[in-house]
Amino acid sequence: MSTTIVRLPDQATAQMPKRSYLNNEHGLLSWLLTGDHKRIAILYLISISFFFLLGGIFAGLIRLELLTPQPDLMASDTYNKMFTMHGVVMIFLFLVPSVPATLGNFLIPIMIGAKDLAFPKINLLSWYLYMVGGVLTLAALVLGGVDTGWTFTTPLSTHYLNTNVVTAATAIFIAGFASIFTGLNFIVTIHRMRAPGMTWFRMPLFVWANYAASILMVLGTPVLAITLVLVALERTIGIGVFDPTKGGDPLLFQHLFWFYSHPAVYIMILPGMGVISEVISTFSRKRVFGYTAVAFSSVAIALFGFFVWAHHMFIMGVSNYSALVFSLLTMLVAVPSAIKVFNWSFTLQKGSITFETPMLYAFAFIGLFTIGGMTGVFLGSLGMDIHLTETYFIVAHFHFVMVGGMLMAFLAGIHFWWPKMTGRMYPESFSKLSAVTSFIGFNLTFMPQFVLGYLGMPRRYHAYPAEYQVLNVLSTAGATVLGIGFLLPLLYLGWSLKYGKIAGNNPWQATGLEWQIQSPPLTENFTEIPVIDYEAYDYEWLAHKTEQEVTVG
Amino acid sequence: MDNALAANHTHEAGETHEHVFVPQHRHHFETEQQQREAGTFGMWLFLLTEIMFFGGMFFAYLLYRNWYNPAFVAASNQLSIPLGAFNTAVLIGSGFFMALAVWAAEVRKKSLLVLFLAITTLLGFTFLGVKYVEYHEKWEKHHIPGEHFDVSEFVNPKAFGLKETPLAPDMAAKTQVFFSLYFAMTGMHALHMIIGIVLLFWLMYRSQRGDFSSGYVAPIENFGLYWHFVDIVWIFLFPLLYLINRHP
Repeated sequence: MSTTIVRLPDQATAQMPKRSYLNNEHGLLSWLLTGDHKRIAILYLISISFFFLLGGIFAGLIRLELLTPQPDLMASDTYNKMFTMHGVVMIFLFLVPSVPATLGNFLIPIMIGAKDLAFPKINLLSWYLYMVGGVLTLAALVLGGVDTGWTFTTPLSTHYLNTNVVTAATAIFIAGFASIFTGLNFIVTIHRMRAPGMTWFRMPLFVWANYAASILMVLGTPVLAITLVLVALERTIGIGVFDPTKGGDPLLFQHLFWFYSHPAVYIMILPGMGVISEVISTFSRKRVFGYTAVAFSSVAIALFGFFVWAHHMFIMGVSNYSALVFSLLTMLVAVPSAIKVFNWSFTLQKGSITFETPMLYAFAFIGLFTIGGMTGVFLGSLGMDIHLTETYFIVAHFHFVMVGGMLMAFLAGIHFWWPKMTGRMYPESFSKLSAVTSFIGFNLTFMPQFVLGYLGMPRRYHAYPAEYQVLNVLSTAGATVLGIGFLLPLLYLGWSLKYGKIAGNNPWQATGLEWQIQSPPLTENFTEIPVIDYEAYDYEWLAHKTEQEVTVG
Repeated sequence: MDNALAANHTHEAGETHEHVFVPQHRHHFETEQQQREAGTFGMWLFLLTEIMFFGGMFFAYLLYRNWYNPAFVAASNQLSIPLGAFNTAVLIGSGFFMALAVWAAEVRKKSLLVLFLAITTLLGFTFLGVKYVEYHEKWEKHHIPGEHFDVSEFVNPKAFGLKETPLAPDMAAKTQVFFSLYFAMTGMHALHMIIGIVLLFWLMYRSQRGDFSSGYVAPIENFGLYWHFVDIVWIFLFPLLYLINRHP
């Protein structure tokens, strides 16, 4: 395995290309009516950043309220609305579309050597549906909020609340179709539009991960859609599918809801895992260890992900036998996840590791995701779950996976492909600072919550006994640091759009197809469709190729 | 070097391809065949999402029919088999004419295509009309779930001149679950029919304009898949809702 780092000759003297997807057409309409997957990715990036900021503000207010044991910042029902909106915005409007709709949209066609996704209009429609969902969510917020929690649990959501449940449910129903269309587009594109020679096992692992997530989006999201339709019908007309007084069963709602919402967790994490594979390989200059195993583990996670939903319901009166089976199946998901973590670690072994910002985020991901995943196994075991469920242990667990895992992966990916998307580098020192800041802030925020949960502090309450205060103060302090860590990229990435160093085509000397074209790319990505005659992550091939270039230049 | 090539090469809007240029061919597909395959594959995937969408309700049906079988039987017997069977025939007929429409597009017969699409639409309207009659009857009998739901017909069928076995009041109340599912499932199916009919009008307009007279049949073909899917959903709904336990 070659470990030499070759400097491309055009790196130092790189210039912005005269023509790219960014300046091919001008005016607002050319963006709003575009069919270009790269422009749609940028539209998505801007909108999900806005919703992330919004969800982050809610999180900050929640942590501020929890600074003191007694309720003082807001009334209890305001607090309920606050954490509901935090959950709804972060999950449906940020995490689910985060990597697939931005990085996936931008990169999947380029990575497999296609000019665009299979259905550009449906891709644009997906963004509009997302925006309609987003606006309706805001409407639910402005009209007085919704306080069901992001889970819309019946009969609370159907009978006992006078808030904007139907508006919020409609918002999620519509945003769900955005997700379905993204997944559908990816699957068709990956099946039908690969360049000549781009076989399934030559595809970058990022594409595999997004393919697996797309399967989940396509098969899971419709079930959420029909569940929300039934909730809305029950609330408005009064049909009795989930209503025990009419013979319905609220537990059925739980089954249907978690049949989507557990796979949704993998919709959120799988594309992030794809990012990590790319970043780890590039910055240790080695082919990903056990490529095939990593590729298949993505599909395995997607497959197993459909058969573990009832582990959210262990204390809700499901039968002991089904709890036993679901507990066992939950443990099984740990296997493909562990395969990934081990393979990333082996990729690092004897690699020429450099510590650029994306790599720092990737390291944060591996550590935090491992803790998040392991605590998931705790919760999957029946006895532990009864003690820990509905406590802050759960909150800490899924924030380790979602924020510590997915958000770190998202930021790793954004920094990694920023030069490709914009043609300019981000400032390295600032970004390293923000990576370290978010890592420290994150641990300070959520580590104490594991302890709080273990000691028995329930989630979703705005007041708590005084003896929990020290840990809560730690957590709130951590959230402040974390907030700064997340705000910094927003500032310096914006700054870099104008003042960043010009990146050139391949600043990381990575092997992917996306690095072999100009940055930012042309509207049709390639001037001619590439023919692939080499494996993914073949650094020797790249070294060989650039060697020749040096002699010519 | 590729990179320099990529940077200097001027981008051309309308690329020329080796094969014959057809107007509907989108530039990002290499060949028209690739475009057609992608479209059909996308449609099948979309139908898969539809199966999952209806699947949630079929799952609920399975559960409650097992729990409340007597109520489901009694409530199911309230539905009219002749109307249901007529509607089944109507839908199968419309599926037949849709298949003929695809054939007409393939052999490039414009007027036949428009005619077959029109008959398909007409049969679609017939189905919805019959459905309206059925829903209206349920409204009059207070069998629509909600505040005005009335179980007396199931508790005391003799008073209404029915030969059903009377149900205990708590089981009779469960007929409401049957009707909830009946309206949710047939309602969602009818919604799909309405969307289909809107698309049919759009396709008729385009066929009239001659869009599908030159061998380009992908939209007709893919819409055919959708229409057949909606038919098939009804093929499952009819026995599950109308024919649960029909003994004289």
